[in-house]
Amino acid sequence: MRLGFATLLSVTLALAACQREERDTRPQSSLGSGGQPTPVTALEPGGQRPSPRDNKAASFEANAFHLSEGKRLFGWFNCSGCHANGGGGMGPALMDQKWIYGSSMESIHATIRDGRPNGMPSFRNMIPDDQIWELAAFVRSLSGNAPSSAAPQRNDGMMPHPSENRMPDAATLGKSP
Amino acid sequence: MLACFPFLMAASESPSTPAISPPASAAPPDDAQWTMPAKNYASTRYSELAEINEGNVKNLQVAFTFSTGVNKGQEAAPLVVGSTMYIVTPFPNIVYALDLSKHGAPIKWKYEPNPEPAAQGVACCDVVNRGAAFADGRIFFNTLDGHTIALDANSGQPIWNTHIGNINVGETLTMAPLVVKGKVLVGNSGGEMGVRGWVKALDAGDGHVVWTAYNTGPDKEVLIGPDFKPHYDMDKGKDLGVTTWPPEAWKIGGGNMWGWISYDPDLNLIFHGTGNPGPWNPDLRPGDNKWTSGIFARDPDTGAAKWFYQWTPHDLHDYDGINEQILLDMNWQGKPRKVLVRPERNGYLYVLDRTTGEVLSAKPYGPVNSSKGVDLKTGRLMANPDKKTGTGKVVRDICPTASGLKDWQPSAFSPKTGLLYIPHNNLCMDEEGVEVNYIAGTPYVGMNVRMIPGPGGNRGAFTAWDIAAEKQAWSLKENFPVWSGAVVTAGDIVFYGTMEGWFKAVSAKTGELLWQFRTSSGIIGQPVTYRGPDGHQYVAILSGVGGWAGAIVSGDLDPRDATAALGFVNAMKDLKNVTTAGGTLYVFRLP
Repeated sequence: MRLGFATLLSVTLALAACQREERDTRPQSSLGSGGQPTPVTALEPGGQRPSPRDNKAASFEANAFHLSEGKRLFGWFNCSGCHANGGGGMGPALMDQKWIYGSSMESIHATIRDGRPNGMPSFRNMIPDDQIWELAAFVRSLSGNAPSSAAPQRNDGMMPHPSENRMPDAATLGKSP
Repeated sequence: MLACFPFLMAASESPSTPAISPPASAAPPDDAQWTMPAKNYASTRYSELAEINEGNVKNLQVAFTFSTGVNKGQEAAPLVVGSTMYIVTPFPNIVYALDLSKHGAPIKWKYEPNPEPAAQGVACCDVVNRGAAFADGRIFFNTLDGHTIALDANSGQPIWNTHIGNINVGETLTMAPLVVKGKVLVGNSGGEMGVRGWVKALDAGDGHVVWTAYNTGPDKEVLIGPDFKPHYDMDKGKDLGVTTWPPEAWKIGGGNMWGWISYDPDLNLIFHGTGNPGPWNPDLRPGDNKWTSGIFARDPDTGAAKWFYQWTPHDLHDYDGINEQILLDMNWQGKPRKVLVRPERNGYLYVLDRTTGEVLSAKPYGPVNSSKGVDLKTGRLMANPDKKTGTGKVVRDICPTASGLKDWQPSAFSPKTGLLYIPHNNLCMDEEGVEVNYIAGTPYVGMNVRMIPGPGGNRGAFTAWDIAAEKQAWSLKENFPVWSGAVVTAGDIVFYGTMEGWFKAVSAKTGELLWQFRTSSGIIGQPVTYRGPDGHQYVAILSGVGGWAGAIVSGDLDPRDATAALGFVNAMKDLKNVTTAGGTLYVFRLP
């Protein structure tokens, strides 16, 4: 019985690990592709309707490769210059539970691609679309919104905060379980 | 020269009066107004008003308050001209004129420049503004998105508006202009964005750019010509603004000018510092990186450089050289000298001969381990090799921090005591150089930083420095960095504010706390004092925490990231527990 459970557990883990590594071998490289317009407010006259999900969002956000690439690109494109390692600076903090323009993968993707009026630049002509999705996935991991099996585990250098795979979900911070 | 010499003689005859005073031409007799942030061209921030004194200051009470409506870091000095007070807010840089002749100081006019909101995204350290300047019936001020604007002081109507800074390369304007001989002097911010630093002179009449002096690049763009005579060999040579950099690096090398300018009418020279080189990671820019982290003396008419001195050659730690310089005449080792006193970010209190740029004294005014002193023969700062930063290396316990032993927060000098009153920091840091790409309009730093409290655990101090004796007279510990400016009066009172929100009056002689008032938010502004239309002395301060030190509150940053706000948040984790954002003017008087 115990053996059966252990087998089941290892099979489950192995399956999760497979998903963790799954990715497209031919990444889409076009600059700033279309994508679904995403509302940045929950206020919709007549009631909120779910916006269709982009199929990239789901496949990128739980994927270790994309998250790790997102972490690298976060430094590479100077995101860290404004948002530090998630605590913010010139730009707002990304590791807390406050989202000015929405917390979904689609919203964060739109924020990076199109910019926002109070200082967020538009990177549509600089960052290939798939890399914007990778950045969006990493941004979500900063507030504990990525599976810990896939989120980056450690820095090579100075540790500014616990690694992303140990980040608590910001929405539960300070609240009793 | 002629004007100040008799004054010097008179001062030295009386043994009770220290023989240190600003030149009369740069610090004329007090008119009881406050027309420029530094009070006068000598930048003394000293008022001859003495109605408020050590005996009665404990009775100070609020005369009126005014909400600016902007809850960001309030670094500006209120101006008072006649019976009107002028204040400029952080972004969106609203200018208010308040009528002091009426009960409660109602709004006389308001001017909204409507700067581009995107500018907030390229302002390195909160969206501050350090104040306006008044001259010839006009108010001159800068907007975050790169405009210098002249308003009619009476009506608030715009007279001219010149666009000189480009946010798409990361350029912003945060400094207070200085008006000298019909020219409005302005420099750019952007040392963390790879912006090439400059100072421009705009015609006060119509706003056209009269000259531009870059702080990096070829001599002709730095306005270095035959009149340029630096004192030290390290600053001599052709096109050092190019040759002391890797190829092309000077074009994105910083050296911005966002701090203070002083002016000596007798010598016809302006003095201004230059900011840190970019990026912070020094491995990417071997060389002395001229003309960053230094000071220029220039002819205000043409911008031509007369001398230069580099406080921090090949800066390793973001030691901008843009702090205030106080112009004084004093006896130095028996000889009368025209000096310039500079509490510098690298931790040394410099006394320079302002006619030549020669260093007469450079003593640390707080804990310094990033260097081992200044070689007075060569003028060169002796960097400590143990604290050298670079790519892939974590260097610990570097003092002072990137924010310096003292940042922009201006000090004040009293000719009555001969003391310089210095609001400053007491912080150390760990630094790790990382690779960085230059992308115009985004940060160009390449350094992970986390700051910690300095020796003793107090993160700030307010120090009185005896300039003639080259040593500290007294020093007050403060829990948080003292990020506000100071003002000192003939009543022997020094005023400054703390980041908790206390506005304090201490004795100029002893530092004894005589009075304090808790304002609604942390104070990082510049106090001023003036005589109101009713003939009585007033003291004014803007309260509203922010700036680099207070960005954790004004920008709602997350203290769990040690590197947030370029590492400052790590030293300010508890600031959110003691203050909230604000933006209120407080004006005090005796009952």
